Amino acid sequence: MSDVVSANASNLIKLKDGVGQIVADDWTWVRIPKATEEVKKQAGKVVLFKLTGDATATAEEIAATDIPAQGRVLVPLAVWLARKDELAARVAAREVGVWVETHELVEDLVASVHDINALPLIAIHVERFADGRIYSAGALLRTRYGYRNELRALGDVLRDQLFFFKRTGFDAFLIRADRSAEDALASLKDFSDPYQAAVDDKRPLWRRHVRSVTA
Amino acid sequence: MYRYDQYDQQIVNERVAQFRDQTRRFLAGELTGDEYKPLRLQNGLYIQRYAPMLRVAVPYGLLNATQVRKLAHIARKYDRGYAHVSTRQNFQYNWPELKDVPDILEELASVEMHAIQTSGNCIRNTTTDQFAGIAPDEVFDPRPLAEIIRQWSTFHPEFALLPRKFKIAVSGTKDDRAVVQMHDIGLEFYRDAAGSLLAKVWVGGGLGRTPILGEVIEEALPWRHLLSYCEAIIRVYNRYGRRDNIYKARIKILVKSLGIAEFKRQVEAEWEHTKEGETTITQEEFDRVAQHFTAPPYATLSDSDAGFEAKRTEEKAFANWVKRNVHGHKVPGYRAVTLSLKTTGVAPGDITDAQLDTVADLADKYSFGELRTTHEQNIVLSDVALTDLYAVWQEAKAAGLATPNIGLITDIICCPGGSFCDLANAKSIPIAESIQRQFDDLDYQHDIGELELNISGCMNSCGHHHVGHIGILGVDKNDEEWYQVSIGGKQGNDASLGAVIGPSFAAEEVAGVVQRLIDVYVENRTPEERFIDTARRLGIAPFKTRVYADRQPAKKEAANV
Repeated sequence: MSDVVSANASNLIKLKDGVGQIVADDWTWVRIPKATEEVKKQAGKVVLFKLTGDATATAEEIAATDIPAQGRVLVPLAVWLARKDELAARVAAREVGVWVETHELVEDLVASVHDINALPLIAIHVERFADGRIYSAGALLRTRYGYRNELRALGDVLRDQLFFFKRTGFDAFLIRADRSAEDALASLKDFSDPYQAAVDDKRPLWRRHVRSVTA
Repeated sequence: MYRYDQYDQQIVNERVAQFRDQTRRFLAGELTGDEYKPLRLQNGLYIQRYAPMLRVAVPYGLLNATQVRKLAHIARKYDRGYAHVSTRQNFQYNWPELKDVPDILEELASVEMHAIQTSGNCIRNTTTDQFAGIAPDEVFDPRPLAEIIRQWSTFHPEFALLPRKFKIAVSGTKDDRAVVQMHDIGLEFYRDAAGSLLAKVWVGGGLGRTPILGEVIEEALPWRHLLSYCEAIIRVYNRYGRRDNIYKARIKILVKSLGIAEFKRQVEAEWEHTKEGETTITQEEFDRVAQHFTAPPYATLSDSDAGFEAKRTEEKAFANWVKRNVHGHKVPGYRAVTLSLKTTGVAPGDITDAQLDTVADLADKYSFGELRTTHEQNIVLSDVALTDLYAVWQEAKAAGLATPNIGLITDIICCPGGSFCDLANAKSIPIAESIQRQFDDLDYQHDIGELELNISGCMNSCGHHHVGHIGILGVDKNDEEWYQVSIGGKQGNDASLGAVIGPSFAAEEVAGVVQRLIDVYVENRTPEERFIDTARRLGIAPFKTRVYADRQPAKKEAANV
């Protein structure tokens, strides 16, 4: 592939036939400009996770989000839902992907498009490593909603999640900027024959192999 | 018991390699402490008050003698010569060095053991009745399905990082000993009139800061749908459970806030899509796993033995031990024996390396090489011939493992508390010891009869204080350690949560308070009543009156937290 690049140039890993490669990223990741970052507390501690269903941005923030006029753009779900009409021509040109926060519902994205596979890229953004909602989001897109194109993990993406990402249907991982994508490749092979059924292999171990009783 | 095949072995070996590399990266500064934390927790490694604590998984409490010898070896080589049985039937080491943990895991893998998912916000060790497979009242041996759940939950990719920890218990007896109602999911297996195996599914139970008994989400789940149904429950929880507040993150809070009817509707909407999928358990897979749990080669024995009866008549100490520590068995001429880890002066659940070796020898000699840990923090030899009981007693006694107190007031369930645990508000081990000393007289203990006294050093409730007939909870009041006392809690089919009797007490007062509770019971009991029965009949008022009789209301006391 011509888009295979050196480790220094990109931190994006894509799976090709189950094997990870570091590739160039030709998408522009569009983010919502945040006026102020509010700090919420619960039980004396700073709240690190939004509740599922919490709003992501205000109407003003959505309107103020700048979408580059050229090239492939990865837009936030909230912006997509409010402004998809202005992107219609670019969707047809397969220049639009949508990224979803872990507290947002992939169902809202699915309901907003006639065909989920009209989107060449969907990404799920995980703000913090410990937020396992990303795995259910991936699994649902792949199994329930029939999404077949690139599914990318963004955000606090470190090598020790990759095996789980791969199993829940992700095929692209943007490793956090301060870590080496090259090192992360090794973790895709942490386990060679896992127990349960998942997106990448829909058969549990006992349907994959004949397991015999050993003495 | 279940033995690994090449796939099981490969998974634990790969885990050792993975964790070795994660630990190397942490020690080399490539992973921050915050980044390493969820990784080490998923492997049972806590950073504690004095040293790391490593929790080793004992799936559904089943062990063989080889494994126990390995646990003894680890205690000697990497720890300070002892280990601890936890209330989730696991083993804990309090003093390993972080750098040694990968080596310890490698030693464990060599005897088909691991520390996978013994902590962290993931599916934890599945627990069951310590008498599974041998209980006279058993309807169904739950161990094959517990093992199938273990395999399914090990590194389940979708449920690796849940809002909070997730505990599953299975039971197959009329008389629930697996406390299914206080688990995130409790599975109570039974057979219907046609003989089909079904599970009554409880969800949203748990102790901790907000103790709640589970609710029934499904009355009759066919066994083959067990995994897909659990996946539906946990998927709803993973997506909608609260992650904003650690104290409201367990599934019980979600179930309560939605109501069981709405929660069930959401689970069933999920399950519709997956119920007949590849995760459906096949009869072949069940049979493959079940073959590992066949009965040992029992001898054909009479269910009575003159020698045993004679010893029991001659030696009162032996008779006491038989009364408390020996339990019924479904095979004639066999009994189950509980080795007590509740000797006064030893932290409840602690066992030395030498005792572990003795236990392994006893298992080999008298119990087909198998044993079990219990959530009451003792060890069970599951298959002892009646004719061997006297010899087992003598050998166990010589090793300090034959205290005849199972189910009595000194058989205390107790977490490690402030002596070790970084989460604790107060110490629990010295409180247990003060109570054991107060009630050290064996005849008196036997006279008081069945009583479960449980102690937790903080709201996390590892010592199950909410379901103790007497529960003691360590609380922090202006940086001082105080103890709140409750009565009327109970595990089992008629489970209940204890009620707090009033303002809390200083450490040195607790044993005296327990004494007064016992006095009220002894004065008021009918001949057939246990403490819990009297407490339920009378309510807390007479107990409270006695305990606080000479206390001034305005005295300096911790608030009733």
